[in-house]
Amino acid sequence: MSGDPILTVDRLMMRFGGIVAVNELSFTAERRKITALIGPNGAGKTTVFNCITGFYRPSGGAIRLTNDDGRTMQLERLGDFRITKQAKVARTFQNIRLFPGMTALENLMVAQHNALMRASGLTLLGLIGAPSWRAAEERAIELARTWLDRVGLLSRADDAAGNLAYGDQRRLEIARAMCTEPVLLCLDEPAAGLNARESGGLNELLLSIRNEQGTSILLIEHDMSVVMEISDHVVVMDYGVKIAEGSPQAVRDDPKVIAAYLGADEEEAIAVMESGT
Amino acid sequence: MSATSARPSHAAQPSGSAFILKKALISAAVALVLFSLMIGIRTEAGPQGGLIYWTRFGDLAALVGTVFGGSIIIELLRQWWGPVDKEHIVPKPVQAAMSFAGRWLAPALLVFAFLVPVIFYNQRYILDLSILVLTYVMLGWGLNVVVGLAGLLDLGYVAFYAVGAYSYALLATNFGLSFWVCLPLAGILAAFWGVLLGFPVLRLRGDYLAIVTLAFGEIIRLVIINWQSLTGGPNGVSGIPRPTLFGIPLDNSDDGLAAKLGIDFSPTHRIVFLFYLILAMALLTNWVTIRLRRLPIGRAWEALREDEVACRALGINVTTTKLTAFATGAMFGGFAGAFFATRQGFISPESFTFQESALVLAIVVLGGMGSQLGVALAALTMIGGFELFRGFDQYRMLVFGIAMVLLMIWRPRGLIGHRAPTVFLERNQAISSDLVKEGHG
Repeated sequence: MSGDPILTVDRLMMRFGGIVAVNELSFTAERRKITALIGPNGAGKTTVFNCITGFYRPSGGAIRLTNDDGRTMQLERLGDFRITKQAKVARTFQNIRLFPGMTALENLMVAQHNALMRASGLTLLGLIGAPSWRAAEERAIELARTWLDRVGLLSRADDAAGNLAYGDQRRLEIARAMCTEPVLLCLDEPAAGLNARESGGLNELLLSIRNEQGTSILLIEHDMSVVMEISDHVVVMDYGVKIAEGSPQAVRDDPKVIAAYLGADEEEAIAVMESGT
Repeated sequence: MSATSARPSHAAQPSGSAFILKKALISAAVALVLFSLMIGIRTEAGPQGGLIYWTRFGDLAALVGTVFGGSIIIELLRQWWGPVDKEHIVPKPVQAAMSFAGRWLAPALLVFAFLVPVIFYNQRYILDLSILVLTYVMLGWGLNVVVGLAGLLDLGYVAFYAVGAYSYALLATNFGLSFWVCLPLAGILAAFWGVLLGFPVLRLRGDYLAIVTLAFGEIIRLVIINWQSLTGGPNGVSGIPRPTLFGIPLDNSDDGLAAKLGIDFSPTHRIVFLFYLILAMALLTNWVTIRLRRLPIGRAWEALREDEVACRALGINVTTTKLTAFATGAMFGGFAGAFFATRQGFISPESFTFQESALVLAIVVLGGMGSQLGVALAALTMIGGFELFRGFDQYRMLVFGIAMVLLMIWRPRGLIGHRAPTVFLERNQAISSDLVKEGHG
C-alpha cells in the first residue's frame, strides 16, 4: 500500500497478563481516506483503538501519526489526553459517552475546551470578560452551531443530551469529536443500534466529513452495509492478528476472511457478506 | 378523609382500615420495645455514687400512643397523596405563582440580606445569627465548586477553613499584618493546601476519595493541636486583631470610625461592619462561581462530573482540571476561615472538627448539588432552622433529623433539583435532575 499515510501502526503488541490481545499488528491509514477495521467479536479491534487513542499504553510496537504539515508524532509516547490535544486524534465510544446532563450545545462547547482555555487566558481574561474572550466564545458557539446543523440537531441544541434519541446521540457524539477539529477521527461502531435509514444518513455524514473537512477516518464496524459502502480500505483482524487487508471488494471475496468471520461454513458466510452490499 | 378512600389507590399498595391499623400496631410495638428502656426507665448516679433509677411509664405510654396515632395519620396522608414519584397536576394559577416566586426569590433574598442590619439594628442576636448563616452560605458556595460542579466528594473541607483561619491569626498576631493583607494570603495558602491534597488523591474516586479527604481534614486538625510552638496547640490563638475599615479601627478610640464621623460609638457598628464584610465576601464567591461556570474551566468541571473518560477523549487534562476545582474551593474556604478568625478574635482546633465538614456538605447536598440559590436556602434552613428549634431543647436534634429525612424523601436531589445550562442558542431551559450525574469523585 503506497500513498500518504496519516497513521502507521507498526507491530503493535498489547498484552493483558498472559493474554495477547493484539499481536504484532501493522497497518496504515491513508490521509483523507476512510479505513475500516473489522473482525469477529473479541478480535481485538477496540483494544487497537484504545492503544491509538491513549487509553491503553501498548506493550510494544509503534503508532506514528503524520500531521498535514509532515510532522510525525509517536502516539504511544504521548498518552492520555495529549493525543487529542496535540496530535489531534478524536474518538467516539462503542457505548455512547456524552455528557447527559448538559445540553447538546454545551457538549460541543466542552469539546472546544483547549482552544477556549487559550482564548480565555487560562480563565483570567474570561473572568474579567475581555473582548478577545467574548469574540472567541462567539466563534466557538458558531462552530458548534455549524456542527449541530450538519448532524441535523440544530433544533435540539438546548435540550439535554441525555434526552435525545439513540440515533441522535450517536450523531451528536460524532459532532462533538469533530468540534475538537481532529485530523484523524476514530469511530468505534458508529452504526451500532441504528436502523437502515439512520445508518444511511451516517454514511453520508462520514463521507461529507472526509470530503469537506478532509479528516481521515478510522472506524470499527460490524454493519457491513456501512463498511462496504464507504470504506476506501479495510483491515481484517482475528485473534489479535491481521488476516487480510485491501479494498472492500477484495476483502469480501477473501476466503480467509469469510472463514474467520463466520467459522468454516463458507456458504453461510458468503450469504451474509453479500447481503451487506 | 376515610381510610377506604374513594380515590383510586396504587395497585401494588394495600389500603383499608385493617391494613392501617395493623401497621400502626406494629409501629407502636416497635416503639414500646425501643422506648421502654430509653424512656421508661431512667437511671442516674446517686449522691453516694450508687445507681438510682425510677420509672416513667406515663411518658412511655404517651410516646407509644403518639407513634400509634402518628402512624395512622402518616398512612392516611400517604394514601391521600399517592406514591411519592407520582406526577401531580398543579393548577395553572399555582404554577404561575411558583414560577413568579422562582424568578424573584433570589433578588428578594438579596435585597433582604442588604436590609438585615437596618431592620434588626438593635437585635444583636439576629445580627450574630445572620453573620453565622452568611459564613455557612459562603462555605457552601465554596464547597459547591468541588462537590456540586466537579463532582468530587470532599469530606475534609474544614481543613481549608482551618488553614485560612490560622493563616490570618498567625500572620496578624506574629507579624502585625492587617486583615486586608492577610485575606488574599489566607486564600492563597488554602488553595496551596488544596493543590497539595489534590495531587495524591487524583487517582482515587468515589468512596476512596471521600476517605482520603476525611483523613486530610483530621490530619490538619491534629497538626494544629500538636504543633504547640506555632499554633498554641489546644489553647488556640487569642488576641486576633479585629478588622479595620481600610485602616480605620471600629472602636471607641480617638481615631476610630465613630470619632471620625462625629457620632456616638456603639459596639453594634462593628457587628454591622462584619455583616457587610461577610455579605460582600459571599457575594464575591457567588459571582466568581457563576462566572467560572460559563468559562471553559467551569464547563470542564461539570463535564468531569458527567463523564471523566469522555473528557479525556476530548483532550481535557483531567489532572489539572481536578486540581483547579480543589484549589478554587479551598481558596473560598480560606477566605471564610480568615473572616471567622477576625470575627471571633480567638480560634482553637475545636472549631474545625469533622462536624463542620459534615454540616457544610449537608448544606450543599440539601441545596441541590451545583445550585447557588439552593445552597443559600439550605444554609439558611440548616443554620437558621437549628436556632429556631432551640426552644425544643433536648428534642432539637430529633426534630431536625426528622425534617432532614422528610426533605430527602420528597426532594432527593435537594431543594433546587434542576440544572441551568451555561450557554444556549434559543431557549434557556432547565435540565431535569434525573439526567444530571452526581459524579464519582
